[in-house]
Amino acid sequence: MAQRGAAQRSNDPVPLPGKIPISLVVNGVETALKVAPWTTLLDALRDNLELTGTKKGCDHGQCGACTVLVDGRRVNSCLTLAVMKDGARVTTVEGLATKDALHPLQQAFIDHDAFQCGYCTPGQLCSAAGLIAEGNAKTPDQIRELMSGNLCRCGAYPNIVAAIQQAMGTNS
Amino acid sequence: MIPFHYARANDVADAVRMISADPAAKFIAGGTNLVDLMKENVERPSRLIDISRLPLDTIEPTADGGLRIGALVPNSDLAYHPLVEQRYPLLASAILAGASAQLRNMASTGGNLLQRTRCAYFYDTVTPCNKREPGSGCSAIGGINRIHAILGTSENCIATHPSDMCVALAALDARVRVTGPAGERAMAFDDFHRLPGDTPQTDTNLLPDEIVTAIELPALGFADNYSYLKIRDRLSYAFALVSIAAALELEGGAIKQARLALGGVAHKPWRNTAAEAALRGQRADQASFSRAADILLRDAKGYEHNAFKIELARRGIIRTLTQAAQATPQSQYDKKIR
Repeated sequence: MAQRGAAQRSNDPVPLPGKIPISLVVNGVETALKVAPWTTLLDALRDNLELTGTKKGCDHGQCGACTVLVDGRRVNSCLTLAVMKDGARVTTVEGLATKDALHPLQQAFIDHDAFQCGYCTPGQLCSAAGLIAEGNAKTPDQIRELMSGNLCRCGAYPNIVAAIQQAMGTNS
Repeated sequence: MIPFHYARANDVADAVRMISADPAAKFIAGGTNLVDLMKENVERPSRLIDISRLPLDTIEPTADGGLRIGALVPNSDLAYHPLVEQRYPLLASAILAGASAQLRNMASTGGNLLQRTRCAYFYDTVTPCNKREPGSGCSAIGGINRIHAILGTSENCIATHPSDMCVALAALDARVRVTGPAGERAMAFDDFHRLPGDTPQTDTNLLPDEIVTAIELPALGFADNYSYLKIRDRLSYAFALVSIAAALELEGGAIKQARLALGGVAHKPWRNTAAEAALRGQRADQASFSRAADILLRDAKGYEHNAFKIELARRGIIRTLTQAAQATPQSQYDKKIR
């Protein structure tokens, strides 16, 4: 394997930038890691920190499966470069529950059967947590519109809206 | 994504120095469009200059009664800012018609102006595209062009600008403040984006070594009579087939001032001052609105799959002006078009 990759490389190989040390507070835990400039927050969470609750769906900001909270705001982690978030607080689906109790949204999703395959659910939960924190959704129409960045290919939408309504009541 | 270098700018002057020193570098703020395009190998910067921590994130009233919006204000903060909701609800409405809540949390004001077309051939690196690969040809003109432009096209490009926010900014007569090596300058919003012509690879008149620092709105916000109507293939989280920003200042039953701009129909937010002039002094009724629509669409040209946009735009203009005149702006939540 000494010649590995040689056939594909020109005589003037492009020097690769080194990895950059960053620190994130992930689900309350101060975490140091090294990332390449092109490592997304999604890949850093899943591959570097083995927090695989956050899902990679489209990887292009179109499906919302990768939604996490950064400094309390919901974002698409697939379009976020980890290096740009040095020092940020990140909450993933793993950080929603406390030691003894599910997050009200998690309980509401169970109560309302708000999923089938479950692949979009971590993103739905984090997005809904962001939605509730933002405080701009009062009606089902507003919940639907402000959750439109999270696709559910199983079509559990009516139950997701009902679950969020329940959690909003629980939280308020 | 191909490998690239990363650097963080400390202030605006630093950012301008860094971009001047490396013509293949790009600024990154929200990253919602740029990171996506880098994953598709459409954008291949040598270096990303992170401007996201520059102090350009405030919204402040200006001395002349307008509003100055920092280039790094996130789209969601702008849409829900009390001064924007009260004085420029057309802008708030247009922003909330675009993207998703997550993307609006990430996307910056300046970046919204600089987002690139959603033409599928621009994204598909194995097909010719004059915008991505100048001189290679336009695949959309003879291809699938349902979402493409009907106004201001050229034989080289029929791509559209995808922004909703910019349609409102065009209607509101915003100005764009930019800083380059020679200092600061301001551009009228209509001068910021350009038509494709022979150089569709160039979306805007921003110079390669300039940075957008702020958007300025004049005092007149049309808060009483406005509407933003976006028509698309699904009810939310989709780019416009046609969108219309309409704003009126009424006196009695007559139109004192009118603004009309369209999205999804051209390489830039399409404001038409001739149509606006035709509305001034007229009664705010269907006949006046219909005449304005005919003027705006006089030179519209459809292609194989998008000719429907001409009639859709005509009806949309009349409907949106009616909504504005009746002070019943289109809701971005209840999607029924009334």
